[in-house]
Amino acid sequence: MSTQQPEPETQEAPEDPEMKGAESPVDEREKEGGMVDQTSVDDADLEGETVHIKVFRYDPEVEAKQEPRFDDFHVPFKKGMTVLDAVMYARDEYDSSLTFRHSCRQAVCGSDAFFVNGKQRLGCKTQIADLEQPVRIEPLPHQEVVKDLVVDMDHFYDQMHAVEPYFQDEDTPDASDLEEQRQSRENREKVKMSTRCIWCGACMSSCNIAAGDNEYLGPAAINKAYRFAMDERESEEIKEHRLRILEQEHGVWRCQTQFSCTEVCPKDIPLTEHIQELKREAVKKNLKFW
Amino acid sequence: MYEHDVIVVGAGGAGLRAAIAAHEAGADVAIVTKLHPVRSHTGAAEGGINAALQEGDDWELHAYDTMKGSDYLGDAPAVETLAQDAPEETITLEHWGMPFSREEDGRVSQRPFGGLSYPRTTYAGAETGHHLLHVMYEQVVKRGIQVYDEWYVMNLATSDEPDPNDRECHGVVAYDVQSGKVEGFKASQGVVLASGGPGQAFDHTTNAVSCTGDGHAMAYRAGVPLEDMEFIQFHPTSLPSTGVLISEGVRGEGGILYNSEGERFMFEHGYANNSGELASRDVVARAELTEVDEGRGVDDEYVHLDMRHLGEERILDRLENILHLAEDFEGVDGLVEPMPVKPGQHYAMGGIEVDENGQSCIDGLYAAGECACVSVHGGNRLGGNALPELIVFGKRAGRHAAGDDLGEAEIRTGYGDDVEDETETEFPVTPGAAGIDTSDGVAADGGVTADAEGLLERAVERERARVDRLLDKDTGVQHAEIRQKLQNAMTDYVNVFRTEDGIRKALKIIRECREEYQDVYVDDPSRTFNTDLQMTYETRNLIDVAETIAIGALVRNEFRGAHWRQEYQERRDDEWLKHTLVSWNDGEPSVFYRPVILEGQEKTYEPKVRSY
Ligand SMILES: Cc1cc2nc3c(=O)[nH]c(=O)nc-3n(C[C@H](O)[C@H](O)[C@H](O)COP(=O)(O)OP(=O)(O)OC[C@H]3O[C@@H](n4cnc5c(N)ncnc54)[C@H](O)[C@@H]3O)c2cc1C
Ligand code: SF4
Ligand code: FES
Repeated sequence: MSTQQPEPETQEAPEDPEMKGAESPVDEREKEGGMVDQTSVDDADLEGETVHIKVFRYDPEVEAKQEPRFDDFHVPFKKGMTVLDAVMYARDEYDSSLTFRHSCRQAVCGSDAFFVNGKQRLGCKTQIADLEQPVRIEPLPHQEVVKDLVVDMDHFYDQMHAVEPYFQDEDTPDASDLEEQRQSRENREKVKMSTRCIWCGACMSSCNIAAGDNEYLGPAAINKAYRFAMDERESEEIKEHRLRILEQEHGVWRCQTQFSCTEVCPKDIPLTEHIQELKREAVKKNLKFW
Repeated sequence: MYEHDVIVVGAGGAGLRAAIAAHEAGADVAIVTKLHPVRSHTGAAEGGINAALQEGDDWELHAYDTMKGSDYLGDAPAVETLAQDAPEETITLEHWGMPFSREEDGRVSQRPFGGLSYPRTTYAGAETGHHLLHVMYEQVVKRGIQVYDEWYVMNLATSDEPDPNDRECHGVVAYDVQSGKVEGFKASQGVVLASGGPGQAFDHTTNAVSCTGDGHAMAYRAGVPLEDMEFIQFHPTSLPSTGVLISEGVRGEGGILYNSEGERFMFEHGYANNSGELASRDVVARAELTEVDEGRGVDDEYVHLDMRHLGEERILDRLENILHLAEDFEGVDGLVEPMPVKPGQHYAMGGIEVDENGQSCIDGLYAAGECACVSVHGGNRLGGNALPELIVFGKRAGRHAAGDDLGEAEIRTGYGDDVEDETETEFPVTPGAAGIDTSDGVAADGGVTADAEGLLERAVERERARVDRLLDKDTGVQHAEIRQKLQNAMTDYVNVFRTEDGIRKALKIIRECREEYQDVYVDDPSRTFNTDLQMTYETRNLIDVAETIAIGALVRNEFRGAHWRQEYQERRDDEWLKHTLVSWNDGEPSVFYRPVILEGQEKTYEPKVRSY
């Protein structure tokens, strides 16, 4: 049903098997009267200019797509255009079978992490004008491809769930008394960055260790554990329980501080730092060192 | 076939809360959602949750502000329930670990928000929705509640007695996006729709691409009226290319709006001589569009929001995420240039008609969250009132569906003896009808009600046949074309400014879209992750929802809340203290009205002029 994607480094784009929309993007624009109306005066300078994107295609069910390939699309440029805008345009105007996940268009739903020009990025958060052309858009590496840019996220979710990602309070007051727990501002600041994760999976995909060790919890899950372990509202006992999960063979000690996760995280979460801090905590608590 | 006591459709704030509540009430509950829960649109909410938590504030003030904000179109029993339950629900979130912003003493912070007489908006930075969504999903994981994610719900399995009030809902039909498999989900106790807003009916919206009004359309076609659909909130500052929201905070901090001539138009053209940029959302949105219409827009499309004069330090301190938004989504550096902004569809005040227990007129069918209309927002929603609605009414709907007795509802639903029929308005076309083959729509498949299982089986068969038909067809119209046409019509004619002429034009175009949809086909033949197929279903739903919005806008000939009509520049309380209800009757919409309930527990909310 799904296929492991070829390693991106060694992957050669086939010779433009289909030049969709390539014949005459300008004509395309004229045909679609609405498009021209929406083009702002600012963009008039760029009239006729197109962006060349090369998109990874694969579908296990469709004969022509069973062999992975790249398709070329030439998309009329619009100021402010993001990678996501470009693939949406290609889908809506040239090939409605082009498949990818997306929803919020504002970097909060985490569904459109792609491998763009060799780096994990959110499609909606990446300005196309900042990229070298042709822009290569591929699914996240090291994950099974379901179809086109869609990868199977089950393994990522399993790892997230493995760290018991929920608050484990003990004697919290009764909510009907309208009595909240107390949390200091400093403590909230401390966990703040870790709470920003949108489960996009970019970090996991960029991590060499995760690629080689399928059981490694990975940066996102460890960060999720950090978010709870460092929250002063949970008891010491629970914190210890959390550290025990993290110090297992495939936990924090696997991290070799290569920083790739930190580099790609679209939410700027200092992942490597968080992992290091958890290692220190584990040492303090005298937990096993693998 | 899958079987559970309660099926919740959607996993945004409302769906997750409903599922947790049903689980706590002892039901075997499952969530069926087209997106993985953490991808839901609730994650985009920024501002906060209104709840009377502090001394000096109380729920009655919150209820009063909400009634006034609604321009007296909220139902008092719903508004009071919201205000009474919000504090406990907000504190519950805190107990679940939500990282609210904190005061020095470690208590949760609250801040002022538009239209509130007390600073009662509880928040977690500028990412309240993100945290709310994730915290609730964590609780769902903790409880082991079953989630069918990336399953698209196509229709409801409802019996088909002639009177919708006699119908029963027994489950849903859904399709596994990854494999293309169409299956039935039987709900022995109830189905809760929590499918979010219909923002994609408009070309320019702050809403996610997934906000396609699926729940609205499914409930509507099963016989539940849609209520007050004409009330759509437009936010004045969204980015032109994507619709991404630029928070009101920018104007709050002193951001200035300029037209293309460099005039500070809010003052210079007299739109709001006192509050200028800080006038209410609808006023600013109308001012911006007037500037554009009169040729003073930038690139004939938008205006400029300038915050450069606030200085880098202040911007970085308080508005840092705005810099990221402008840079990432528009390619504009807010420190050196003004940001382009224009009004965007933002929120739907109306929705599936339910009572304060979340129940619709169809037995076993509930709705909560933005897809529902209880109604708490009436003609205009106050910022920070949607998130408490999700948790308060999500919880109630979940509990009630699971069998908890919440007492007799005061709000009535469905067609009944307390309604008034619409007799006057002439429609430019017969809405509904001529478009889509109605056997696709109505709940069950003719004939007398079979048992629940038989009914569900038939509904499944019908959807399987429909998928086959769409995939087998080789030529025709693609949904994207119809969707774009529909969205443009709504943005052109049922936007911030509404004229009778325009709305009539919109209805005609919507009718054309229906006709074109008859010939729709799906180009992608694959059963694997076929987003083309899914979007084709969604587009059908958008047509139905857009039509109810336009019908509501046409019949309501007054100016109330967000609903501005050129011909009627006044709120007409003598005639319009009532809800519009559009229901799908034998393949055609019919309109009726039900009076607003202004009587609360202890007092009656007397309509006053709404000024701030
Ligand atoms: C940019 C922005 C900022 C906002 N800020 C605030 C704020 O500060 N305060 C406030 O109170 N409100 C705010 N709002 C409003 C508020 O966030 C929304 O009204 C609310 O989050 C909607 O939640 P929901 O649970 O009803 O729906 P959503 O969160 O949209 O969830 C809908 C769910 O239904 C599922 N679904 C839909 N259709 C189907 C189908 N056919 N089959 C299966 N599943 C389906 C989706 O997968 C999703 O899980 C804001 C809104 C926006 C757009
Ligand atoms: S940590 Fe960052 S990169 Fe990793 S899943 Fe979360 S948001 Fe994405
Ligand atoms: S579309 Fe939601 S993160 Fe990009």
